[in-house]
Amino acid sequence: MLLRALSLGFRLLGREWKSGELGILLVALTVAVSALTGVGFLVNRIAQSVALQANEVLAADLRLESPVAIRDEYLAEARRRGLSTATSTSVLSVVYRDDFNQLANVRAVSEDYPLRGAVGVSDQPFGASTSLASGPARGEVWPDSKLLAALEVEVGDEVSVGAATFRIARVLITRPDQGGGFGELAPNLLMHADDLSATRLLQPGSRGTRAQLFAGERERIIAFKRWLETNKQRGERLLDVSEASPQIQNATQRAGRFLSLASLVAVLLSAIAVAMSARRYVQRHLDSVALLKTLGASRSFTLAVSLMQLLIIALAAALLGSAFGYLAQEWLLRALQGLLRADLPPPDWLPLGLGLLTAIALLTGFALPPLLQLSRVPAMRVLRRDMTAPPPVIWLAFGPAVAAVAFLVYWVVRDIRLFAGFLLGLTVFVAVLAAAGFLLVKVAGSMRGSVGVSWRYGIANLSRRRAESVVQLVAFGLGIMVLLLLAVVRNDLLTDWRRSLPADLPNFFFINIPPDEREQFFGFLDDRGARSSRALPMIRARLTELNDQSIETLEFSDPRGEGYARRDQNITWQAELGEDNQIIAGRWWNASEHGLPLVSISDEYQQGLGLKIGDRMTFDVAGEIVEAEVASIRKIKWDSFQPNFFVVFPPGLLDELAGTWMTSAYFKPDDSRVITDLVRRFPSISVFDLDDLLTQVRSVIDKAVLAVQSVFLFTLLAGLTVLLAAVQATRDERRYESAMLRTLGASRAIVARGILAEFTALGLLSGVLAATGASVAGYFVARQILQVEYAMNPSLWLIGLLGGASLVAGSGWLATRSVLRQPPVSSLRG
Amino acid sequence: MNKDIVLEAQNLSKEVSSPEGTLAIVSEVSLQVQAGESVAIVGASGAGKSTLLALLAGLDVPSRGRVLLAGEDLTVLDEDGRARLRAERVGFVFQSFHLVPALTALENVMLPLELAGRAEARKIAREALERVGLGARTGHYPKQLSGGEQQRVAIARAFVTRPAVLFADEPTGNLDTITGARIADLLFELNATSGTTLVLVTHDRALAARCSRMWIMEAGRLLPG
Repeated sequence: MLLRALSLGFRLLGREWKSGELGILLVALTVAVSALTGVGFLVNRIAQSVALQANEVLAADLRLESPVAIRDEYLAEARRRGLSTATSTSVLSVVYRDDFNQLANVRAVSEDYPLRGAVGVSDQPFGASTSLASGPARGEVWPDSKLLAALEVEVGDEVSVGAATFRIARVLITRPDQGGGFGELAPNLLMHADDLSATRLLQPGSRGTRAQLFAGERERIIAFKRWLETNKQRGERLLDVSEASPQIQNATQRAGRFLSLASLVAVLLSAIAVAMSARRYVQRHLDSVALLKTLGASRSFTLAVSLMQLLIIALAAALLGSAFGYLAQEWLLRALQGLLRADLPPPDWLPLGLGLLTAIALLTGFALPPLLQLSRVPAMRVLRRDMTAPPPVIWLAFGPAVAAVAFLVYWVVRDIRLFAGFLLGLTVFVAVLAAAGFLLVKVAGSMRGSVGVSWRYGIANLSRRRAESVVQLVAFGLGIMVLLLLAVVRNDLLTDWRRSLPADLPNFFFINIPPDEREQFFGFLDDRGARSSRALPMIRARLTELNDQSIETLEFSDPRGEGYARRDQNITWQAELGEDNQIIAGRWWNASEHGLPLVSISDEYQQGLGLKIGDRMTFDVAGEIVEAEVASIRKIKWDSFQPNFFVVFPPGLLDELAGTWMTSAYFKPDDSRVITDLVRRFPSISVFDLDDLLTQVRSVIDKAVLAVQSVFLFTLLAGLTVLLAAVQATRDERRYESAMLRTLGASRAIVARGILAEFTALGLLSGVLAATGASVAGYFVARQILQVEYAMNPSLWLIGLLGGASLVAGSGWLATRSVLRQPPVSSLRG
Repeated sequence: MNKDIVLEAQNLSKEVSSPEGTLAIVSEVSLQVQAGESVAIVGASGAGKSTLLALLAGLDVPSRGRVLLAGEDLTVLDEDGRARLRAERVGFVFQSFHLVPALTALENVMLPLELAGRAEARKIAREALERVGLGARTGHYPKQLSGGEQQRVAIARAFVTRPAVLFADEPTGNLDTITGARIADLLFELNATSGTTLVLVTHDRALAARCSRMWIMEAGRLLPG
């Protein structure tokens, strides 16, 4: 029977195609599948890259990292045990050539680097990479493409790093230990370890990361790891693959999950189009199914015929959607260029399965219930047209849809709390949008009396098909709103925020100022007319205990707290409270309290770790154990761009442990010669150009936003399929109305204007919804998060209304214009 | 049961509930039709003719009574059982033709053969279309055919399985007089040559008169004509 059903289903499919609703079903499913697989392919490639290179992410099997110099005895012990070793030291420093300078991550690596994986190099920026098993030779450096571009240099040119000058021998494309996920901000430069001293970048106490790398047979590595665990110094961090890759995986998983959730919005909208097309399919097939039954087909046969057709469509949508998804993924990858490593492996076939499953889930949830109804239509309908299928049980009508949505959402988030949160959030959000849409349609309806005949006809249509109108409004409104929010509001907010900052705000940060060069350095700043802000000492410390409980045994629900507890912190001491700090609990120390074991913490730090005034904190400060009581909690205005620290001690407690100093200063823009001069004179001081940093942050945000926008384009596409489905569902009705109007004497132009008016009104209402939503969101972000005044941008409304109207009117017109072409008599004849 | 009786109704009643109470559409109808016979059921609109036809063909189930079609008791069969019996033993011609718009004339005629799982469906269907004079239009879709042509396709489809009983519901009702007459000729001609039993429901007395027997349906009751 299945074979016969398949054969009939297949033969009917060709002709059904012309009736339209199967086409819309296919388009809706394809959009849903492309949205989900597009993101799926990308996440899959990143995950594969992480998995493939798991033991390469460290460029070794075992890696010991420390902010200060590591004792050579570990290397000696490793060699004694027959392990291979290498070193890698990284420090942030300005690399310059003539008047160009750029902050970069300078990495000095020894001969044997990398112990695992390979370094990818090229002769040209962003060129195809060749794998090499070792780093640069002495006297040469390998900057990456970003750095080359920033300095406007090429292979063969010379660049200066600290006090030394090197020849660019190759372009660094990938390093094994750069991680598989979203990369670092600063560009990279690889050099030979033996050249590091000539640069004078690293002074005792300078901020940098020293790493020793070990590789060898598994047993030996395990034994050596045990040895290191007992012998390593405080502050030294031991990393092996199992610790390194989950972090990257977590970061990429979170990003992937977010994009997947964004793509789910498009999937859910497509589901509505699927349901609408399925309903129409059922309406049109009541007669055929009744006839088939009359001719002797069983209920299961008629159901099988429809199911076969749907299955064929699901397969086609899965293939088509996955193909589009693959292209979309390439596009996303391009959008994220620079944030992801360039040599991602090709995706596997898993997302194809995801595509098919999405198509089947949507069809099962949204098309199967009406089809089950269809198979219940009595054969008697051939004699009595008014006979139709008995009404469905409520759980059968909506149960599969709810189950399909829940299944897809859960599948994407895989976390029950996030799942509940997303569903709840989405329900509330859509309900608010739907209520607003409903109101808009109602208001538009009440204006019918005051407009011309075409508009009256158009608006009347919107009001009459209120439910469909509201669904379309929500779909278009949501899509346009997100695009407006990301394109217009985001720019406004960033500009407003930048403008809200005083013009003479410090624009350069200096860290790693050695104590013995301090006076000289400040003298240099004064001579060049730079206004420097306060200077603070900076020492690395690690939290070891809270209220006498070892930090290792404590768990923090707040991810920030986890970070504060597990990582090294920069701490300082300070006598006066800065103007950009405000005490919100406890009190700041007076002169008589200097030297007492007190500590002041920022409110972020306090919230993350769940601290209160009077709690006891124990720090390991360069090997010294310091215990102090929380005396005050500060709210810091970070956008003062002054040096600020989460953890501040009173003077007199840590003075013996002098680290380096930091400060910030204002230089007139375009004074790059001064900075180049400064870098030459004080090679070990790290300089951060704030504008550079902001530009880099902005470029990261821009790329992420472009990716999110691309995903939301699918939302708009899904909105279009909803529109097509709605037009399709009302095609016969529209044909009849158009024929009626024309029979009554209306010209084609009047009917055409009516149709245009209807869709223009729908587009305008969507634009109103989108612009309102984007404004509200913008206002919220401006006032609550950035704390700036929100200036309404009129272009938001202009773009929203015009964009919405032209998009919806254009597509609506294309979808309905065939109605007009038909002579009235053919429609009235039925 | 007499071997020659192909269709029999025993005390057949169909009642539906309405706001005014129970409404009897068909009351206590008993009839017997012999193989090869042509019978007509006539009556005004709303007399219950179509409901009786639906009951006799197993498209609907009676409130009381039995229907025996080709020796099988329709009232004990479930929906799929009745469908199987229709596929094997019953043909239909309707007032509004009821062709599948998505299928060609040939495919429409093939449909019952395929549903019954018969081999050489295409060949048999082609012959059937030739017999109704549409051998040249096998590839046309219903909307490319005139009303008379569509009804010819429907007749070819009805006869193609050589059914024991052919039910025709106002077969000329949607056609003009001349076309209607031609269709009626065709129907009776095929009935005569194929030995099929014809049960014709109509309000056209002239058409009914061409049948060997006639009943009149009045307010759900069947009276001899």
